[in-house]
Amino acid sequence: MKTIEQKGMYQKFPRSGKDTRVTHYCAGCGHGIVNKLVAECCAEMGLQDRTIFVDPVGCGVFTYYYWDAAHISAAHGRASAAATGVCRARPDAVTIAYQGDGDLGAIGFNNAFQAASRGEKFGCIFINNSLYGMTGGQMAPTTLEGEKTTTTPFGRDPALTGHPLHVCEVFSQLQAPVYIARVSVADTKRILQCKAAIKRLFEIQRDRKGYALLEILAPCPTNFGMNPLKAAEFCKNEMEAEFPLGVFRDTEKTGVGEAAIPKPQAPSAILAVKPVPQFATCAELFGVPDGVDAPPAENDPSVPERRFKFAGYGGQGILSLGICVAEAARLQRRHTLWFPSYGPEQRGGSASCSVVVSGTPIGSPTVEHPDVLVCMNQPSYERFVGDVKKGGIVIVDASVPIMKQPPEGVKLHQVPAIKMAEDFGVPKAANTMMLAALRAFKATGLDDEHLETALCASFKKKPQLIEKNRDLLHRAEAALKQP
Amino acid sequence: MSEEGTGVVAHPEIEEDSCKGCGRCVAACPRKCLELKVTLNKMGIKPVGYTGTGCIGCGMCFYNCPEPYAIKVVKP
Repeated sequence: MKTIEQKGMYQKFPRSGKDTRVTHYCAGCGHGIVNKLVAECCAEMGLQDRTIFVDPVGCGVFTYYYWDAAHISAAHGRASAAATGVCRARPDAVTIAYQGDGDLGAIGFNNAFQAASRGEKFGCIFINNSLYGMTGGQMAPTTLEGEKTTTTPFGRDPALTGHPLHVCEVFSQLQAPVYIARVSVADTKRILQCKAAIKRLFEIQRDRKGYALLEILAPCPTNFGMNPLKAAEFCKNEMEAEFPLGVFRDTEKTGVGEAAIPKPQAPSAILAVKPVPQFATCAELFGVPDGVDAPPAENDPSVPERRFKFAGYGGQGILSLGICVAEAARLQRRHTLWFPSYGPEQRGGSASCSVVVSGTPIGSPTVEHPDVLVCMNQPSYERFVGDVKKGGIVIVDASVPIMKQPPEGVKLHQVPAIKMAEDFGVPKAANTMMLAALRAFKATGLDDEHLETALCASFKKKPQLIEKNRDLLHRAEAALKQP
Repeated sequence: MSEEGTGVVAHPEIEEDSCKGCGRCVAACPRKCLELKVTLNKMGIKPVGYTGTGCIGCGMCFYNCPEPYAIKVVKP
């Protein structure tokens, strides 16, 4: 009997004190696929005891929790500089820098370029997902023309922000590198080609031949704003049109400069650059109410401070639910603060937020002992339920098994929010169901009317969803109020 | 696809709580024998499940999966 399973990784990833076997990457992340291949190649070649990885800043930062080998963490953009030191100090080691496109392509470009030019004996794995992932999807030097990011909301305009940076092509102008290639992890065929290329990178370092650069095109579903399959298609169709795959140089096999440099193709129509609209004011650009619509909070010492905690996994709309309650409080002219807390992952990790509503100015936005706790999954319920204040309310999704009882004097409501949202045909509206539960159980101390206005305001950018969610809110509330 | 004598049939072993439900493996499976389940895992995500027949042990699901321990493929 044979098995195909992960090699070269730790069995447990003790991140944030939790004993998990799950990475911090979002669902469908290219980093995850590459991380597995790197660990597997390192283990299959028997190099784990000789390998020193230099880890980046960016989404790839936590590789030291995953790869069972030696690690050094470098400051942002400095992995190639740190790897220079490591490979010179430890000529017996296999030194591998792992960097992203924000890290290597922008802030650390000169570090990487000069290390390549000097022919330092380390291998650089360069993940290109065409944007800054960890910080929220901003434009990177590798962003495609016309690609929408949070800092190029109308698509990257080359007249304003330049053209995509072709790192492999630029590095191919240097004399020293012995291996330069670009691969992808968009589908099975490409993943297997990627594995062969990673093996080649390790071989070159094992034999201390010189500098090697491997660029890997990786999908970032979260920041592309696509599901994982669409993101892989985008990676294959749009990114490869700009960044053609191929081996640019492998001096042992084809000699310096003999490898044909593939020419980029014309970008497709879906990435056509649109002119940037002109806005009169910042408020107009960001769609926020100006001072007239946002009157200051009123002091009313008779309104006690009420503390909320919302928790679940990223993507369930936990943070938006918190914003809704805070916005309703603002509309009611209460003092209010919203404070999010989440890991480096944007989707799939634990996410929570705190909201404080009060008739008097608020000292701290953090909530250790909430009056109201709303939980959408099991880990968050188990983590926070013991902290709820006496007399408080816990609202938990009915899919969560109650293995731990709330403290005495705390009322527990199990609400089938996820199921109701699915039954209504809008699975993403589970947070709206929770808002309905907050209204039905009178948990917020805020007017129903303001909660509803706040819910509608949260869909300002997707007006077609306003009526739908308002309707869902009413239907869910009616269902919950039935005995 | 059982090998004579061993009695082992190729199949994926899925660790449901490690799955993030991205569906890359479902799309990659050449025999279309994986599907996302209707039940939720511990994180509240619908994980992948094996339909029970058709696996040839090619390992494509494993290589397409971004999670190290979500899928393991056993073959004769």
